[in-house]
Amino acid sequence: MSANQATSDEVLIGRIAKGDRLAMQVLFARHHVRVYRFVLRLVGNPTTAEDLISDVFLDVWRQAEKFEGRSAVSTWMLAIARFKALSALRKRPDEELDEKTAETIEDASDNPEVALEKKDKSAVLRQCLEKLSLEHREIVDLVYYHEKSVEEVAEIVGIPENTVKTRLFYARKKLAELLQAAGVERGWP
Amino acid sequence: MNTMSEKVDDRQEIENLLPWHAAGTLSRRDAERVERALASDQELARRFELVREELAETIHLNESLGAPSARAMEKLFAAIDAEGAVKRKPGFAFDLRTRVSEFFSAFAPRTLAYASGVAALVILLQAGVIGDLALNKPAKTSELASVDLKVKSVDFFVIFSPQISTEQLTNFLHDNKAKIVDGPKGGATYQVRFEADGSPQDEIARLKKVMEAQPKVVRSELEVGH
Repeated sequence: MSANQATSDEVLIGRIAKGDRLAMQVLFARHHVRVYRFVLRLVGNPTTAEDLISDVFLDVWRQAEKFEGRSAVSTWMLAIARFKALSALRKRPDEELDEKTAETIEDASDNPEVALEKKDKSAVLRQCLEKLSLEHREIVDLVYYHEKSVEEVAEIVGIPENTVKTRLFYARKKLAELLQAAGVERGWP
Repeated sequence: MNTMSEKVDDRQEIENLLPWHAAGTLSRRDAERVERALASDQELARRFELVREELAETIHLNESLGAPSARAMEKLFAAIDAEGAVKRKPGFAFDLRTRVSEFFSAFAPRTLAYASGVAALVILLQAGVIGDLALNKPAKTSELASVDLKVKSVDFFVIFSPQISTEQLTNFLHDNKAKIVDGPKGGATYQVRFEADGSPQDEIARLKKVMEAQPKVVRSELEVGH
């Protein structure tokens, strides 16, 4: 995200705090897809993810007056989104969770082995990214897709900055193991 | 030995930063540090390419997730509208609250605390003397006389000077036929009602002059909307 957009987000939050519905629409239009994808990767169910992002932005509307600007607005929203996603997951029985998650994991390509036979290394990599644990998945997404710095990830996930670095290292290590199991040898770690 | 160990630690630290370097989210200092290491370490450069692959496929994967339906937005704004009818007052009332909040937000908490202490004491005295605070509804706007658009009272939000004494405040209220009807709000803002006998504009202007002429008593004032 550019510095300009970050500033502009803060301006929007200021307006939202004053009850400006249009500013809320702009903020929603700007961020809802990314917040949705972040939540969807955590809960694995599109309907639940849609419900949750409505709740996330409703919290933004309600809490805008309390936003202190110590972090980027997108970081603040992702922290809210994460909290809501994890709360939703806790309410679901494990069996349902696994079943629902399995249902919604995209199967756009073949399984890793078949994909590999087709020499589609990129597809294998994406399959393996989907197989990461929730803890590893969220940190990979936050860093690679949501472009969050070490400090921002620490704030969103609620862990120390050094833990952020080591957790991503272990997530990548696990990814390498999954790739190796699928027949892709990367020579690392 | 120590030097060797330090080099290994440093390399590991640099390697841990590669994902952020690929995403372009490192500080300039760290980015330059990583760039220097990449230029002199072929194995590290090879591993950086692996990171870039992961970055590309993570983006691809997330972008393939699609977007939420319009239902999410409809649900959100239905909830906002439902709340707005109850919690957020539209139009002037809300703007006024914001205005007041912005107006008084610049003052230091300690200053506000002192002034509010004195004012609280005056409210108690006022309650004893006037005896009508508990009986009167705190008015949010002035009472309009029926036909000639004169007002019988004008309300201001007031922050009193931090140096004000109880006696000064009591005299101020007495001299200006005023009483504190609400507060403290946000720490030290009081709603003060002044008796009036003229058009709202004239009375507001007159009272502003009165208060501005007494900086030792009134630190700031803002009229309540009519």
